[in-house]
Amino acid sequence: MSSSTVVHSHDPHGGGHGHDPHHQHHFATMEQQFDTSKIGMWLFLATEVLLFGGLFVGFGLMQARYPREFVEAHHHLQRGFGAFNTVVLLFSSWTMVMGVLSAQTNQKKKLVVYLVLTILCACMFLGVKYFEYSHKYHDGLLPGHYYHHEGDEIPNSHGYATFFSFYFMMTGLHGIHILAGIAILTWILIRAMKGEFSSAYYTPVDLVGLYWHLVDLIWIYLFPLFYLIS
Amino acid sequence: MNTHTEHAHDHRGAAKTYARTLILLLVLTIITVAAAGVDFGSGNVVIALTIATVKASLVALIFMHLRHEKPMNSVIAVAGFLFLGLFLMFCLIDAESRVNLQPANLKPSAPPVAAPAHPSPAP
Repeated sequence: MSSSTVVHSHDPHGGGHGHDPHHQHHFATMEQQFDTSKIGMWLFLATEVLLFGGLFVGFGLMQARYPREFVEAHHHLQRGFGAFNTVVLLFSSWTMVMGVLSAQTNQKKKLVVYLVLTILCACMFLGVKYFEYSHKYHDGLLPGHYYHHEGDEIPNSHGYATFFSFYFMMTGLHGIHILAGIAILTWILIRAMKGEFSSAYYTPVDLVGLYWHLVDLIWIYLFPLFYLIS
Repeated sequence: MNTHTEHAHDHRGAAKTYARTLILLLVLTIITVAAAGVDFGSGNVVIALTIATVKASLVALIFMHLRHEKPMNSVIAVAGFLFLGLFLMFCLIDAESRVNLQPANLKPSAPPVAAPAHPSPAP
């Protein structure tokens, strides 16, 4: 992701630049540069799939270990909030891809609007998560040995605490990814407002879009497995 | 220049496609929430995960442009999930072969949950 938009004063080409200012010299063509950037981002996304995938597998195994506790524990989760957050993230995926389309078609104003909308959706998601977390805290539904909820069906079982360990770990890690996404999207927004993107060069918007879609993808699996499975 | 030299990318149909995909995703979300309210027994997990996978595929193919782009990106994406599947498979093979899921050398904690037959210590 090149960030250079300034005229090179020490220009090895001598005078005018023979090629697009974003074209870095170790690539044969802009197209190769774009393709390489994409592959790099997809490789990173594959590692993210493995990261969350590992946690999902752990969750699945523990579900098999404590089936009744997990069912009972998951009733404490507020499905309405989870569903609302799912809708918010799906919508933000749409605003993101519309932002990329705007960049591809030289519509700077629309790009800015769509980026702002995506960021707002992300903030709304975190706001809802804050409500959910404070409700859990209030009820003592906390991870590991901090769990102190009264009135569970099966006494002396680690299953409830285990459920909430996974709940907080996975939604928390996902939340951190949302936060990082907000930061990166804000950076791209600032660059977009400066007019750095066009149909000739929109790679950063595209790549950040891919990251954002992955964050949505992870939630698409998180939501049913935590909130809906019984 | 990000010229898609092979496929002259027609952006005109794109906005419509994205809007339709969003609507489809929202409909699938409604279906998945509704299905969770009905008791299909062990089918609930299958239904929820299937719908989730359909949604994920829509996001990957259309929003993430895998449908129109160079195959290498799809290879990497699929490979990620393939290896995850491999990981899951081996974990399940292991878990299914055990009498209980506790490590053999774990000291028993407070009463009722431990399985009655304690397997012999691991070699």
